Amino acid sequence: MTLLEFARGPALTFALVVFALGIFWRLAGIYRFPARKELSAPRRDVRSGGALRAIASRMWQPRTFRERTLVGTLNAYAYHLGLAIVFFGFVPHIAFVERLTGLSWPALPGWVFIAGVAMVFVGMLYALLARLTSPVLRLLSNFDDYASWVVTILPMVTGMALVHLSLDARYPAVPEVPLAVAVHLLSLELLLVWLPFGKLSHAFLVFFSRATTGAAFARKGEVL
Amino acid sequence: MNDMSARPRYDKQGERTDAERAAAATSTFVREVGRDAALYLESCIHCGNCAEACQFYLATGEAKYTPIWKLEPLKQAYKREVGPFSWIYRTLGLKHAVTAPQLEEWQELLYDSCTMCGRCTLACPMGIDIAGLVGLARKGMFKAGLAPAELVAVAERAEREGSPLGATPKVLRERLEWLSDEHDVPMRLDAPRADVLVTLSSIEIMKYPDALVATARILEQAGASWTITSAGYEATNFGMLSGNVDWQRKMTMKLIDAAIACSAKVVLLPECGHAYSALRWQGAEMLGKPLPFRVLHISEFLAENLASGKIKVRPLDKTVAFHDPCQVSRRGGATRAPREVLAALGMALLETEDSGDLSFCCGGGGGVIANSRADALRYGAFEIKMKQIDATGAELAVTSCANCRQTFDDGAAHFHWGREMGSLVELVADRLAARPAAGP
Repeated sequence: MTLLEFARGPALTFALVVFALGIFWRLAGIYRFPARKELSAPRRDVRSGGALRAIASRMWQPRTFRERTLVGTLNAYAYHLGLAIVFFGFVPHIAFVERLTGLSWPALPGWVFIAGVAMVFVGMLYALLARLTSPVLRLLSNFDDYASWVVTILPMVTGMALVHLSLDARYPAVPEVPLAVAVHLLSLELLLVWLPFGKLSHAFLVFFSRATTGAAFARKGEVL
Repeated sequence: MNDMSARPRYDKQGERTDAERAAAATSTFVREVGRDAALYLESCIHCGNCAEACQFYLATGEAKYTPIWKLEPLKQAYKREVGPFSWIYRTLGLKHAVTAPQLEEWQELLYDSCTMCGRCTLACPMGIDIAGLVGLARKGMFKAGLAPAELVAVAERAEREGSPLGATPKVLRERLEWLSDEHDVPMRLDAPRADVLVTLSSIEIMKYPDALVATARILEQAGASWTITSAGYEATNFGMLSGNVDWQRKMTMKLIDAAIACSAKVVLLPECGHAYSALRWQGAEMLGKPLPFRVLHISEFLAENLASGKIKVRPLDKTVAFHDPCQVSRRGGATRAPREVLAALGMALLETEDSGDLSFCCGGGGGVIANSRADALRYGAFEIKMKQIDATGAELAVTSCANCRQTFDDGAAHFHWGREMGSLVELVADRLAARPAAGP
């Protein structure tokens, strides 16, 4: 078995299983706790609306906080958007998903992909520097923060070994540089394995957390 | 920026070993964690935005006052003992057990530098209810005998005497008789039945008795059937603020039992922020079933009765700034009521830069005003609010919380502010329209 076959076969299966089970385990580990009984009379019976509203409204900071948080917020948007462009808008990545699920969609133009790559590298570098230099962020940061940064940037770094390839051509089943592709895929699998255990799980927890607060505040009457 | 870190900031209650204290705190932390708390404790992304909302951080610039950092021992205990991956943390030794010295260090962060105002939640991209988690963490600290001595003393007195400031039933009766004579207004005490049970804050009874007179005048004009009962009148709840659930329940049940005994349809809460949280939003949980009466903050009662025309007022042509009590507005949801009252008075409301749900705390909530070792921190927090009130240029400043008023009075004396924070209920009482003369 070649390294590429390993990465595409058992390693990928393992990563996807850990990813799925890890998310399930984490959510189940939260939802096994008893829910608080809400016995007080609600001011407004709008829990669902409050939950949905909070999921949307928390996408952006209230005006009063923007002056002090704007750069960090914009930067986070930049590298999150960049990651989405790189993963979902690039031909080989779409082909990868298609092989797994049968789903495919049109790719983004090459220049958009390049812009996405730049947004990820610049944004994540800025995020790391901010974490290392801000007294608040340095105090809050632990192994999870730095490990999550590394496993997120790794697929980008290993992907750079393949940038000499055409941006919008489909690739043969056996790539020209199998070792680089294998390493790239393994780095993605590391990300999948890590995601459920650390802070990267905000990718799904964000909806639950915002919705919980939004629903609680809505029944009290506040619009979060 | 002020250096406020010179002296150790922790007290201890009882004689126990460090291990016993740590065990008591840890077991309480993990026992109190429910689904919402677990979700929040899993969700922090360490972005630090909450610091930018906290006036203790803004006043000092010290990273340790970042709201989510105040929860570190709680997070540590949760993740190590009961979180979804606790077995991994324990097996691999990735999280240490919480220690007593750590809790002693955190006492200042959980009590002195947090008013549980909840402003941080509005800056959190994950929407984490940090103030709620601080309340949970305080329960563990109290069980460990690691709460501020003054706050515990006040809570003990409230539990023992029924009032944190010595407003015992005897004092209450004498006070009401005096106020009734002095102001020629009926102070109805211990009526066997009444539609409205009026509850009071000790701060009002002892320091701002005009608020009691104002409340009585307003109720009389509204034609309400009302009473104060000596069996349950104290609305403040230092059991809740200190983290003692048993005392919280006992204090709340006094009010609930008194309301049921006089068949009250409405329990009217005084100008007090945390009293609103304790009964309006946690009272039913203490009883174990929905409350058989409505709970209204005085500002809600005023807004309802002004709108219905039961209370009539003479307009006042002045500008006014309103200070939102955090537990009534942001965390209580009754943000509109005082604004409707001020509009009914025809006053021009000049909002502070951050107002309503985004309002800054006075700095004295969450028991901070009762904890004198936190004074320096509190003044730093207060200064932010004071400057925002000044910036409105309003002629008057009012609020609907006696605890906030007390904090403003103390802050004004400290800063030689030259302004006074007034009371919404007193303002309305001063502007009550004369009742139509009785017919021949």
